[in-house]
Formats: sequence, C-alpha cells, structure tokens
Amino acid sequence: MTAESRERVPEVPRTRRGPMVAAGILLLIPVVALVWVPSYNQETPKLWGFPFFFWYQFAWVFLCAAATWSAYRLTLAARRGTHR
Amino acid sequence: MSPLAAHSGVNGPALVVLIVLFALVAVAGFLATRFQAGGPLDNLDEWGLGGRRFGTWVTWFLLGGDLYTAYTFVAVPAAMFATGAVAGFFAVPYTIVLYPIIFVFMARMWSVSHRHGYVTTADFVRGRYDDRGLSLAVAVTGFVATMPYIALQLVGIQAVLEVAGVGSTANKFLNDIPLFVAFIILAAYTYTSGLRAPAVIAFVKDILIYLVVIVAIIYIPAHLGGWDGIFGAAKEKMAATNELTGKPNGAFVPGLGQSWAYATLGLGSAMALFMYPHSITASLSSGSRNTIRRNAAILPLYSFVLGLLALLGWVAIKAGTQPVGLNGKPNPQLVIPQLFEDMFPGWFAGVAFAAIAIGALVPAAIMSIAAANTFTRNIYKEWLKKDATPQQEAKVSKIMSLLVKAFALVFVLVLDRQNAINFQLLGGVWILQIFPTVVFSLYTRWFHKYALLAGWAVGMVYGTVAAYKVASPATKHFGGSLSAIPVIGDLGYIAMSAFVINVVVAVVLSAILHAVKVPNGADHTVPGDYYADTDDPRVAHDLMLEDPATKPTT
Repeated sequence: MTAESRERVPEVPRTRRGPMVAAGILLLIPVVALVWVPSYNQETPKLWGFPFFFWYQFAWVFLCAAATWSAYRLTLAARRGTHR
Repeated sequence: MSPLAAHSGVNGPALVVLIVLFALVAVAGFLATRFQAGGPLDNLDEWGLGGRRFGTWVTWFLLGGDLYTAYTFVAVPAAMFATGAVAGFFAVPYTIVLYPIIFVFMARMWSVSHRHGYVTTADFVRGRYDDRGLSLAVAVTGFVATMPYIALQLVGIQAVLEVAGVGSTANKFLNDIPLFVAFIILAAYTYTSGLRAPAVIAFVKDILIYLVVIVAIIYIPAHLGGWDGIFGAAKEKMAATNELTGKPNGAFVPGLGQSWAYATLGLGSAMALFMYPHSITASLSSGSRNTIRRNAAILPLYSFVLGLLALLGWVAIKAGTQPVGLNGKPNPQLVIPQLFEDMFPGWFAGVAFAAIAIGALVPAAIMSIAAANTFTRNIYKEWLKKDATPQQEAKVSKIMSLLVKAFALVFVLVLDRQNAINFQLLGGVWILQIFPTVVFSLYTRWFHKYALLAGWAVGMVYGTVAAYKVASPATKHFGGSLSAIPVIGDLGYIAMSAFVINVVVAVVLSAILHAVKVPNGADHTVPGDYYADTDDPRVAHDLMLEDPATKPTT
C-alpha cells in the first residue's frame, strides 16, 4: 500500500435520507409493538389452542425478522453508488 | 414408576449418549485451531477474535450459541414452571426487540473497532475520550458482570448431571468430579484454540438444541392430549394460592399492573445483552460491517425456539413433572432435564442432556475469552504493563481465561447456587449502566466523560441497593429483578430504572460541565471511522504496516 491509498480513505459516505428514515421506522415498529404490553396481554382469540398473548409474540419473531431484513436492504440502497 | 423413583439411580443409556457426545465435542474443540486458520494464534486478533473474519453463517451459529445459553434453556422454562409468564415469557419479546437495537449501533461499533483494532468496548471508550478512568469503569463492569454468568453455565451442566443420576449427596467430592472433568476439558481447548473452539462447537450445540426442542414440542404435547390441556393446567396452577406468600403462584398472562414489569424486563434485557463482553467479542469476530446486520434478520429464529422452550415449562406442569434434587428438595431449575428424562426414551434423553451440557460450553468459552481480553487490554496493558507486545497480550489472555473459569468453578462448588443466580441478576443491572458511555458515544461526543462516569456510578449504586432490598421466599436479599419504579410506582426492571437515572445524571452534568468549559478529552477517532468496512484501504494499510492489536492509529 502506498501513501496514495491512505488519501483515498472513505470519509462519511453520502447517504440518501429517505431510505434511512424508512429503515428507522421499520426498526422502531417491532420495539413499540412489543413494549406496548396492554395491546396484547389478553387470552383471546385463540389459535390452535394457543392464547392470543403467546401466538401474537411468536408472530412478531417473523414480523421483526422481515422488518430488520427490509431495513438492511434499505440501508444498502441508501448508500449505493456513494460508498466504494 | 412414581415421579420420585425417576431420581434414584443412574439413567444408563442417557449417560452413555451424553458422554459420547461430550467427548466428540471435546475432540472438535481441540481440532478447531485449524478452522479458518490464518496466522499464528499468538495475538488477540487471532486467539481472541478468531482472526476477525467469520462470515454470516459462522457468526450466526457463534452468536446463537453465545446468546442463547444453557442457563437460559434451564432457567426460562423453570421460571415459567414456577411463576409464569412475567418472569419467564418476557425472554421472547426480549430476544425480538434485541435485533432492531443491535442493528442500529453494532455496525458503527464494528467499523470503529475494525479500523482501530479495538477488542473490547473499553478500548473504544479509551479511544473516544482518551480517558483511562471511564475506560476502566467500563472494563471492570464488564468483567465483574461476566463472572457469575460463567458460573451459571456450570450450574446448567450440574442440573443435567443431577437428573442423569450422576453424583450423590453422600460424598460431596465424588459428586463434583464430573463437573470438574467437564471444566478441565473446556479450559484446555479454549486455551489452545481460542475463539475458534466455541465457533466450531456452536454448530454441534445449535443443531442438537434445534433437534431436541422440535422433537420435544411435537412429541410431548401430543402425548399429553394437546395444547388446550397444557394451557389449562398452567392457568390453574398460576391462579392457585402459594402457601408461602399467600398470593397467586404467578401470572398466566401479565395482568393489571404487570405491563411495566413485562415491558421493562424485555427492553432492559435487550439493551443490556450486547453490553456484555462476550456479545461484543462474538460480534467483532465477524468479517464485515454488514455481517452483523444480516444476522439481526436471521438470529430471531433462535428466539422462536426459546419461546417453544419456555412453553415446555408449562408442558411440565401438565405432565406433573416433579423437579426434586438429589438432596430431596424441590428445585425448579431441574424441571426441563426432568421432563426430558420422564418423557423420552433413555438414549434420546441423553441427546437432550448433551444439548444442554454442550450448550453451556460454548457461552462459557466465549465469556471466559471475552473477560480475559477485557482484563488484558484494559487492565493489564493499560495499568500494569504499558509496553506489552501482542504476544504477551495473548499469553496473559490465555492464562486469564483459565483463572476466570477456575473462579467460576469455585463459585459454583463452594458457594450456594442461589449466590450465582443473585450475582447474575446484579450483573444484568450493572452491565446496562455502561450503555450510555458505549452506545451514545458511538454517535456523539456531546456527553461529557465525567458526566458519563457520574451517571454510571449513580446507576450502579441505585441498582445495587434496589436489588438488595428485594426479598423472595428463597432469599432475603437479591430475591428478584423487579422493584417499584420511581415516580410511576408499578413494579419494573431495576436495571431500567437505574438506567434512566443514569441518563438523567449524565445529561444534566454534561450540560453543566460544558457550560463551565471543562475539557472533554481528546478524540482519537474521526467520523469516517464509523463507516469503515472490510476492504477499507486504511485498515489494510495499517494491518500491513503494524500489528492491529496496537494502540489507536490516527
């Protein structure tokens, strides 16, 4: 490596704001949904014998994974073509 | 066979399977030195972080093996079995909201650590504020909080051995030999292979755990007449009055006045988990900035399994499992191994026991490596021997990893098991108090280093005192993690109350210290550091020029 490469150090990459805000909201939704306990601490409706309280939280495992993955794609898109 | 008869005598087939699987894993641990081998294992980047180049799947197994510990697998269903959903099922929202949180800050942590060769969070704090005191506070908190966590992994192994019928109350020494052997093997391969050992063993552990949980969750409820009956039995037990307290046994779903408890336990634990050195170690060993973000989307699969495991605690209620220890006293911690022994044929019970025992080895190894790295980098090199070479660092870390594990063993063997549980609970309260210093500082230097230190100190004291005052039927002090939230009045997670007080102190004092212009230390990082990735030209440049384990290079 030469001194030249040291000068090519990427500083803060340019980032488009829109996708980053969208990613932030996607990440916030599962947190708010699960911290807001009164919205789901009930027993009905049941699903396959599971009270609502339990199957609802199991459902959020997948919803949160989907939200996180979408947020990941959005952060990539926000910096595409600007970073490296 | 009466439930009590199951405790007498050794479960032969289960024990044979357990020993064979354990031996296989030990061999894998020693062979792990060759796994994705790079340079010699004589520096912390190689021994302590596996060369910093684990890909998405290795990281998935490693973090999964690291975060979802044997103790979790024993304690969460035990809490469900004994006191219900608030104390037990919060583990599910906890391990869901965890991932959006680490998604946000861990990429920045990875980048700045990658560019500066940081191995611990205290390394980062040192670089961000050039302050040894604040860095020491972070290091000591991490180190102290990790110790009882390691001890609890040994408690997990103990639970399995006890149900398998190994040991006797007649001879305390004989009783402890199996645990001693397990410990020696664990210590030996961690010493030789470093982080690569748990990385390899995590594959075995996770596959076994998935297998056992899926089989258990399909096979056992089908034998007990389905989920309706299981939830019915749990509801009945939770509503029944506890003879000791005169209150209901527990919660079927969080009721009135329990929402704060459930929410703060989930959120507080999620924020605390990645402050532990072992979580940071596993994260920093990943090979790129985005590995951890991709993992945030695929790690929740473990949370699903953990939720199923939690429900096994209630399956045990329906099954009438009697978790009674070798000393004849009831011990809820034994409920899952006991359920497996009662319901499964001997050989599969052995597989299940192995899953739990091996599940203890992975986190115990990573925790001891992480605690050792913290000691070496932030206490030994910072305070005792400033000119330590990378080779000396690795040597100190290796020896320290042995000492840390030996301490955990002594802790488990000499002190009451309840002590390990109490300290682990306190550890959770303590570790969350470094969150402002570590995470806020990734984004801003508005907070003043002395204000962060003061906030940390106030949070530590408040949390410790509040936890001390909690009594339970089992113990006079440190009886639980909930106490009245100041101002609100409902029960809430002590760590969260302490955290909020911590932040308030940090904000107010920062404003004052800035107003009177107290200098806030030098920043060795630049904004671009927080975005660096694997092929960052300056990292490559630095790695070639000098050892990555040396001081920040700015």
